[in-house]
Amino acid sequence: MADYKMHLLVCGGTGCKASESEQVRDNLLAEVEKHDLSDEVQVVTTGCFGFCEKGPIVKVVPDNTFYVQVRPEDASTIVMEHLIKGRKVTHLLYKDPESEEPISDSKHMDFYKKQVRIALRNCGFINPEAIDEYIARDGYAALAKCLGEMTPQEVIDEIKRSGQRGRGGGGFPTGLKWEITSKSVADQKYVVCNADEGDPGAFMDRSILEGDPHSVIEAMAICGYCTASTKGLVYIRAEYPLAIQRLKTAIKQAREYGLLGENIFGTSFSFDISLRYGAGAFVCGEETALIHSMEGLRGEPTFKPPFPSEAGYLGKPTTVNNVETLASIPVIINKGADFFNSIGTEKSKGTKVFALAGKINNVGLIEVPMGTTLREVIFDIGGGIKGGKKFKAVQTGGPSGGCLTNSFLDTPIDYDNLIAAGSMMGSGGMIVMDEDDCMVSIAKFYLEFTLDESCGKCTPCRIGNKRLYEILDKITKGLGNEEDLTRLRSLCKVIKDTSLCGLGQTSPNPILSTLDNFYDEYLAHVRDHRCPAGQCKSLVKYTIDKDKCTGCTLCFRNCPVGAITGEKRSVHYIDNAICIKCGVCYEKCKFDAISVS
Amino acid sequence: MPKIKLSQRTNEIIREICASFDNSEGELINVLHETQHKLGYLPAEVQELIANELNMSVAKVYGVVTFYSFFNMIPQGEFPISVCMGTACYVRGAEQILHEIKRQLNIEVGQSTPDGKFSLNCLRCVGACGLAPVVMVGEKVYGRVAPQQVRKIIAEYQESTVKQEKHEM
Repeated sequence: MADYKMHLLVCGGTGCKASESEQVRDNLLAEVEKHDLSDEVQVVTTGCFGFCEKGPIVKVVPDNTFYVQVRPEDASTIVMEHLIKGRKVTHLLYKDPESEEPISDSKHMDFYKKQVRIALRNCGFINPEAIDEYIARDGYAALAKCLGEMTPQEVIDEIKRSGQRGRGGGGFPTGLKWEITSKSVADQKYVVCNADEGDPGAFMDRSILEGDPHSVIEAMAICGYCTASTKGLVYIRAEYPLAIQRLKTAIKQAREYGLLGENIFGTSFSFDISLRYGAGAFVCGEETALIHSMEGLRGEPTFKPPFPSEAGYLGKPTTVNNVETLASIPVIINKGADFFNSIGTEKSKGTKVFALAGKINNVGLIEVPMGTTLREVIFDIGGGIKGGKKFKAVQTGGPSGGCLTNSFLDTPIDYDNLIAAGSMMGSGGMIVMDEDDCMVSIAKFYLEFTLDESCGKCTPCRIGNKRLYEILDKITKGLGNEEDLTRLRSLCKVIKDTSLCGLGQTSPNPILSTLDNFYDEYLAHVRDHRCPAGQCKSLVKYTIDKDKCTGCTLCFRNCPVGAITGEKRSVHYIDNAICIKCGVCYEKCKFDAISVS
Repeated sequence: MPKIKLSQRTNEIIREICASFDNSEGELINVLHETQHKLGYLPAEVQELIANELNMSVAKVYGVVTFYSFFNMIPQGEFPISVCMGTACYVRGAEQILHEIKRQLNIEVGQSTPDGKFSLNCLRCVGACGLAPVVMVGEKVYGRVAPQQVRKIIAEYQESTVKQEKHEM
């Protein structure tokens, strides 16, 4: 970074932007200018810091002060107090949830303490729209090293030795994938970056592209060198406008610096990248479907083999890698395979980014070594369950994964352990659920997603999932019976065994894992027609306990449909014919007078 | 499909877009993106013209348009409302929000209000899970929405109108 004495890093990730971080930045800029500090202080928009729960985030460098939930009107205080008077603005610091002590340096926060950042190394540190900042942090050094000192096979061997596996969900060894393409003979080969992040609740790829686009570009060029491909394509969701814009800027800068284009670093290697847009189809995360979509067709998967590494885009050998996989490649080259494979477990090396969301205190993006336990992730980094409620389950792997309970909390997270536990790594979404979540409804939620996203090519997936959904719907309405549970299981098995692609083969997982882990809850629905979590609307009824009701009118005032009647200081009533069972009255009541049955 | 009855100008716009992608069949998705960006949606007539220009069957174009959720065949409201139905938003109550919006506007998902002011859609994860549940009106993101806030959010737009930048067909 230039000659500035101080930098104000403002998070420009999607979450923080939605909380007016742009206004925060503009106000900071104006304040800095007002106090004539523009030569000394630089205001930088960075990528995601990860701690989305406490956004918008402003970090002051070099003293590493980490301000949270900064409002636009706080800009003047930060500049006046911190920059001019040298005093930290205590009320904007993060407070330790237990001791309530303000913590100024993010390194000491529980959220960051256990993290090891490889793929996210630059997110929140650099301005993603300035190539020089990336270069200042060893950017493009790995590409230079590969082109100048290593043969393609040596690079492939290094990646193989690092033990890195694909971070998109499949977990296929990256080095091996590259080797297969490199050995395929063709006049043209392609490198594809899969940025069609479709898992609901997973946003790591977007954060990397928004926060550190050059790391992906550099890795694609390295892959191109290894596989003798001259063309790179990024398949990115049209729903990610900011990531698209940052990537375009980065590609343009890389071209200007001669890091993309003809004869890179004066060698005979040429490589360039263009973008292809997805249009909202989850199945396009599957490589063959993705390739069809890039060719302008419906994104339907086709049978493998041939694998894309042999015959992919336009029938040519194509290496398809996920964003997070690529973002780690420069580090493996720069620091060596031994550095990478010293982290992690026996069969899963390195680190993994997880998107923590749901009923958890610290929602955000984290990166931890493989082998970290779920307990550490949820309770130490994630800060435990919101509102002091009880942990019930964590869903990993998105619509293809499963729900894990208490008994798996001490399982070290890696590809194989998660599969053994009936779930999977997937792209790294982790949705935490508490005692209020009904697991039958959660399974139904995922099935609804699969129904929407099934491409319709294979009958078991197209029709089978529809039947699964109908059975679940019946159960949540209190119309199911015990035979339905047997039927669910056998149908799940058929769909798993007879679908062509990953989507169909894994779509029953949310049902199977909840059946395994929460069978009692299914039983309660079908036997007693009762929803233990009180979430299935057809099965619940809200009533006001007349002994406890004080007539405070709080429920009456908050009811969105006017289902509650009653005079001030006298008992209130709920009209169940009008009630939409939104539960607002239950949450608002201060006297515990409303019960769910 | 009915006979093409697009205005001269719309015809030109679509032809230009197709030509900018060399009228190549493989660029169909890019052509559709660009066309929807300019026109707002992709009705049957537009698809027919694109098929003509790219020298492919209308069925193929229709197959692609209906395959991807990003493409619309009906016009969006002046203020498109999207409720995030990603898992994080779902467990934090997105369903109740959706229910409340449907109730307030008296429309179903995929429909527009009769005055063309609002349209309602669900989307899968905008990546702002820290703010769940999330509702988007146009480009603006509303975070940590409670069912009681829905009325207020809609009221913000009820009175105002934005300039229609989309080209009329």
